[in-house]
Order: sequence, then structure tokens, then C-alpha cells
Amino acid sequence: MSDKQHKQEPETTGHEWDGIQEYNNPLPRWWLWIFYATIVWAVGYTIAYPAWPGLKEATPGLLGYSSRAEVEKEIAAAEAGNAEINARLASVELTEVVEDPELNSYATQAGGAVFRTWCAQCHGSGAAGVQAAGYPNLLDDAWLWGGTIEDIHTTIAHGIRNEDDPAARWSQMPVFGDILSEEEIVQVVNYVMTMSGGTPQDAAAAEAGAEIYEIQCAACHGAEGGGDRFQGAPALNDAIWLYGGDYDTLIETVTYSRFGVMPPWQNRLEEHEIRAVAAYVHQLGGGEASRD
Amino acid sequence: MSNYIKLIAYGLVTIFAMMAANFARDMAYQVHAIIVMLVAGGLFLWTLRHTDEPVVADGPDLQRSYMDGVVRAGVIATAFWGVVGFLVGTFIAFQLAFPGLNFDWSEGFANFGRLRPLHTSAVIFAFGGNALIATSFYVVQRTSAARLWGGNAAWFVFWGYQLFIVLAATGYLLGATQSREYAEPEWYTDWWLTIVWVVYLAIFLGTIVKRKEPHIYVANWFYLSFIVTVAMLHVFNNLSVPVSIWGSKSVSAFAGVQDAMTQWWYGHNAVGFFLTAGFLGMMYYFIPKQAERPVFSYKLSIIHFWALIFIYIWAGPHHLHYTALPDWASTLGMVFSIVLWMPSWGGMINGLMTLSGAWDKLRTDPVIRMMVISVGFYGMSTFEGPMMSIKAVNSLSHYTDWTIGHVHSGALGWNGMITFGALYFLVPRLWNRERLYSLSLVSWHFWLATIGIVLYAASMWVTGIMEGLMWREVDANGFLVNSFADTVAAKFPMYVVRALGGVLYVAGAVIMCYNLWMTVRRSPAKAAAGTPAAVPAE
Repeated sequence: MSDKQHKQEPETTGHEWDGIQEYNNPLPRWWLWIFYATIVWAVGYTIAYPAWPGLKEATPGLLGYSSRAEVEKEIAAAEAGNAEINARLASVELTEVVEDPELNSYATQAGGAVFRTWCAQCHGSGAAGVQAAGYPNLLDDAWLWGGTIEDIHTTIAHGIRNEDDPAARWSQMPVFGDILSEEEIVQVVNYVMTMSGGTPQDAAAAEAGAEIYEIQCAACHGAEGGGDRFQGAPALNDAIWLYGGDYDTLIETVTYSRFGVMPPWQNRLEEHEIRAVAAYVHQLGGGEASRD
Repeated sequence: MSNYIKLIAYGLVTIFAMMAANFARDMAYQVHAIIVMLVAGGLFLWTLRHTDEPVVADGPDLQRSYMDGVVRAGVIATAFWGVVGFLVGTFIAFQLAFPGLNFDWSEGFANFGRLRPLHTSAVIFAFGGNALIATSFYVVQRTSAARLWGGNAAWFVFWGYQLFIVLAATGYLLGATQSREYAEPEWYTDWWLTIVWVVYLAIFLGTIVKRKEPHIYVANWFYLSFIVTVAMLHVFNNLSVPVSIWGSKSVSAFAGVQDAMTQWWYGHNAVGFFLTAGFLGMMYYFIPKQAERPVFSYKLSIIHFWALIFIYIWAGPHHLHYTALPDWASTLGMVFSIVLWMPSWGGMINGLMTLSGAWDKLRTDPVIRMMVISVGFYGMSTFEGPMMSIKAVNSLSHYTDWTIGHVHSGALGWNGMITFGALYFLVPRLWNRERLYSLSLVSWHFWLATIGIVLYAASMWVTGIMEGLMWREVDANGFLVNSFADTVAAKFPMYVVRALGGVLYVAGAVIMCYNLWMTVRRSPAKAAAGTPAAVPAE
């Protein structure tokens, strides 16, 4: 660079390591002043907020701030805002939750939030379920245990096949691998595939399967395969499958049976939250009118 | 004589490792026992074959000259582990964008959960650690005008550290983990690293003690603070009781919030002393050397050094804002992080201002450009860090990808680029070549890496802030608007951009490896000018 710059070069400290020297430049002023400013701010902040630990407890800070108190305050404020309508939601007849427009609008909003927090993990954030895992789709009008607001409410409150709630919905398909021969299972599976209008893998086997179905399956799933909501037995004569309607999946289902579990949400949620999420699920697409 | 002692030691270790492999209670331990058995057995045979052979004594010249063989090995290891670590990182970035890449057949050893610690440890400890060990050995010799103290102990540190890396990496894949971030290796791997690290400290201190310069150069303060503090952090955070000497599982000495605090005291200072202080040591040597300019300010270097190492150690609690950690600890972690801002920037100022009077070199020398941009990223992340430690900001940024973006602008930008610069500086000198094979390939590397980092950091800022806003979004009645899965779905495009940034960064590193390889193979040798350069001055 220019000679001028070299003439103005500051002094070095006089040491040299492997050819490296160091200038004796002062600290940049702006650097030093910002450094001081952060220290002053830090001291002020630690006076205002809980900071310095003592033998028994830390200094509480002049503002009396506590992150827990802050959260409690926010939660209390949110709860107070909805207290009145929540009380109404929890006490009215369930049918009114569907029929009262104001209540229904609120319950659907609130229920959506409950669903996204607690239910989406299994049923999906869009409530379409996960067929491979046997989490039912809640958007259609096929219901295992009933689709009225009362049915949905009971299912959510007590859950399905869990050990935590004696009132849980309960049923158990037998393990047909222990009852039928492999050949018989193949036959009945082929027959089941015809019930929903599908083509069986083996038409002759399907014919032979009709009798086995009659004896072994019809008691729960119905002679026409319409299912039975008292036992949560799925309909087999539609195109909607809980675990999948292809040949291999059906073989697996019949051979080993299934045991889908849902927790009882009354142990975890408030009554108004259960009612809200029941209303939310009810309006997703398949809600049924209440039986009077 | 010493060979007979070695033979006994190697033999005992081999037999013990055989027993361990036999009694092993888990797969990871068994594989590790077999690795140790093979290494110790191999050393036994090698030593046996060389025992009572006539010794070719090192001439006095060799004893006086700098010990560069181990630095050469360190340079190779740095480049190798760097590419491995970047590749794993890029792969897991794609796994996040396309979960199908967690193949069924690789479940249990190459799914995201197993590969993620492999990536972090490979880049921090294998790539960064080898870079630090190699450059510190190079720098401390030059700036002390003394050969490394301890003779072949330096080789022990090098190979011992590689063994640590192999044990750690295979352990992650096979599921041996303490579940402590950046401190995942299990107890015996920790013990081994402790031994290696103490020898490293002894070599470094010994070399400084026998230095021929009157003063200790600033780079060595930083290296020494890094070695000492990492030893302390490593030992305390890994205090644990093994369940059995025949198994990899151990139980931590800490529990609950004390456990979390110890872990983040360690984790934060792994960043502070491994990735900041140690790499500042590199910066303080290689930037003035490459720029051929004096360091900007001695005063600044001494003030920011002491301020940095005093303040950094207290900033860990900012990783645990809004958790079970008491408010007072959270406050202290935050204010110390803010005060840390200027001491961190002292290094940036000294690095950048060292170039004043030589700015024209940015146009002509891509290596110095690499070093300068690394200091730029250093300044950016050391501003971003204190800002993210502010509780109000943290309540938005915590648990989001913003943190990942922050870490990578520091790691890819600062640690990666300064290491690349140092490698470009070292290879021609270590292999006695006149110059690098190709400067235009260095330019290619520079631009690929820079664009890669920009894609990475920018996409993570966007998705991090989006994610934080989506998590806290509530409607008029105070109900959450989004489910967690909604935020995951929304991040997809940014995950793809991030992974592409990783691809560019890996591509740059591969080009570097080729360039360095060709420098060794093809570049003309440096003309011998009288005495070889590798002799201590004075």
C-alpha cells in the first residue's frame, strides 16, 4: 500500500513470534463503551429481577418477578375469559351443544384446539386417521361405536379397551389362528373380500368361506356384514377399513386379531373440554342426529 | 528395555479386551472390546517384531527441528473427518425433509436418532478436534521456537484421539449413549479421552515451558484455555457410575435440574472453549501469517481474552430458560450472555483490523477471503447468541430451528471456514510445496461453502421463526390454532433448502480435498534455501 499509510503505522509491542508482530493500538472506544454499557445494564437487570444466590435463597429482585407466577396469571386470565361459557357447556344437555348455535360455535373452536393438542397424535391433525396403525378416520360417516354426540362423548370420556376406566368401551375379536385352519382362514378372508363388492383372490375359496363366516363371524359382524355398534364390530360390507382391506392385511387381522386402545380422556380433560372436542368431532363430517 | 514393558502392557490389554468381548452385556460394548483387542494386539505384534532390532537414532538435526509428521497426520484426519461429518449431516438433513430415508432395514443404527449425534460429534470433535490438535501443535512450535515436548507422546495423542472418535462413532450407531448432548460417549470412552487429553495438555504446556521466545503468543493463551477448560468440563459432566464393567451403560452422578444444568454448563462451554477459544487461537496465528500484517491490537487481545474466558463459563443457563431451572439462574445466564457480546467481538475486531492496510489481498487471495468471511460469521453468531439468550427472544426461538440455524452459521461459517483457511495455509508448508495446486479451486470452494451457509442459515431462520410463531398462535378465545404436525408440514420446503445448502457445503469440502491432494502430488517442491524452514529459530 501507499507509503503514507506505512509512515503513520502505530508502534508494535516490540515482540515477534514466527514473524508475527502486534500493534500497540488502544482499545476501540466504541467497543469499550458498549462493553461498559452491557455491564451497567447487567447490574441493573440483576437488581430488578431475581438473580444473586445466597445461602438460603436468591435475591428476589425489585420487580418481584417470577416466571411461574407469570404463567399462572396468564392461564388464570384465559380461563376467566371463558369461565361463563365453559360452565354452560359443561352443564347443558348434550343435544343442546349441537343445537344451540352460540354454544356450538364456541365448542367447535375450543374442541379443535383440544383435538390438535391431544388427539392429533393418533387421528392426525386433519382427523383422517392412520389406516396402517388402525387409528380410525373421523371425517367419514362410518362409526365403530356410534356417531351421535352422546356416543362420541362416551367414547372420548371413557376410551376404548383400556385398563384405566371400568366404563371403557370393550370388545375382543378372537384370535382365529387358534380356532380355524390356515385354509379356512384363507377361505373366509376371500369371502369377506366379496362382501364389500371386491374381487376375491380365489373365487372357489370365497364360496367355501361363506359357511365359515356364517358360523364364526356373523354373530358380531352381522349376516350381511353390517357390523354392530354395541360391540364396536366394524361393518365389512363397505369400502371403509380400519386396518386395511387388502388380502394380506385381512389374513393378518383374522389370524392374530386386533386390539386398538384409546385412553379415557375424563382422567385428563375437564368435562367442558370433552364436550367441546365431542362437538368438534361430531361436525367433522359424519355426525349423526341423536336418538330421542 | 522399554519395549518389554510395552509388550507386557499391550499383552494385558489384549487379554482383558478378549475377556470383555466375551462377557459383554451389550452389542456396543462387545464391538468396542473387539476394536480395543485388535488395536492392542496389533501393537503387541508390531512391538514384538521391532524389539531388539538395531535402533536408527534420530540425528541431532531431526531432534532440533519442528515435529511436523504428527501435524501432517492431523491435517489428513481433519479433512477426512470433515467430509464424513458433512456427509452425515447432509444425509440427516434429507431424512428430516423426507422421513422415508429412515429405512426399515437401517432402523436401530442409521435412523435419524442414531445418526444425529454421529453428525454433531463428527464435525465438532473429529473435524474440529483434529483441526485444533493439529494446528495447536503447529502453532505452539513456531511461536515458541521449540520442538514439541514429550517426543512420541504427540503421536499417542493423535492416534489415541482417533481411537476415541472410532469408539464414540460406533457407540452412537449401536446405541451406547449417555443421552447428554455433545457428551454422548459412554464411561470407558470418556475415561480414554481423559487420558489422551491430559497427555495433550502436558505436551502443550511442556512446549510452552521450553519456549525460546520471552513471551507467550496470544494464540497459545487461547489454545491453553481451550485445553484446560475442556478437560474440566469433560470430567465433571461425565461423572457417572458404570452399571457393570462388562457393559456400556452408566448412571449419571447428577439428577433432575442439577443434571440439566451440569449438562448445559458443559454444552455451552463446549461451544465457548472448543469452538470459540480454541478456534480464536487458530485465527490469531493464521490470519496475521496469511495477511503478512501485524495483529491489530495487543491490548484488545489481552482484554478480550480474559473477559471472554471469565464470562463465558457463566452463560450456560440460557439454554434452560423457562424450564425447571430457578429464575435466578436463568437471569444470571442471560446477563452474562449479554456482557459476553463485546468480549466475543474483540476477536472479530482483531481479526478484521489486522487486514487494514492489506484489504487489497481480499481480491487476489481466496485463502484470506475464506479467513475473513469466517471472522465475519463469527461476529454474526456472537451477536445472534447473546440476542437469543434474552428471555423474551428465547421464548420465541427456543426449541425451534432458529437454534439450529444459529449453531450452523457459527459452525459452518466460523469453525469450518477458518479451518479450511488453515488447511490451505498448512498443506504447502507441511509438504514443502511452493504453492497450492489451484487458487481457482479455492475460489470455487469459497463460493460453494458461502452460498451453502447462506441457504442453510436463511432457511433455518425462516422456519425457526415461523415455527415459533405458529406454536404460540391463539385465536380470540385463547385456543391454540396449530397442531404440532401442522408446523412440521409447514417446514418442509425450508428443510429441502437446508439440505441443498448442505450439499453445496460438502461439494466445497470435496473440492478442497482434491486441491490439497493435488498440491501434495503435483505442486513443485519448494526450492531448498540453505537450512530447511522447519528448524526452530534462535
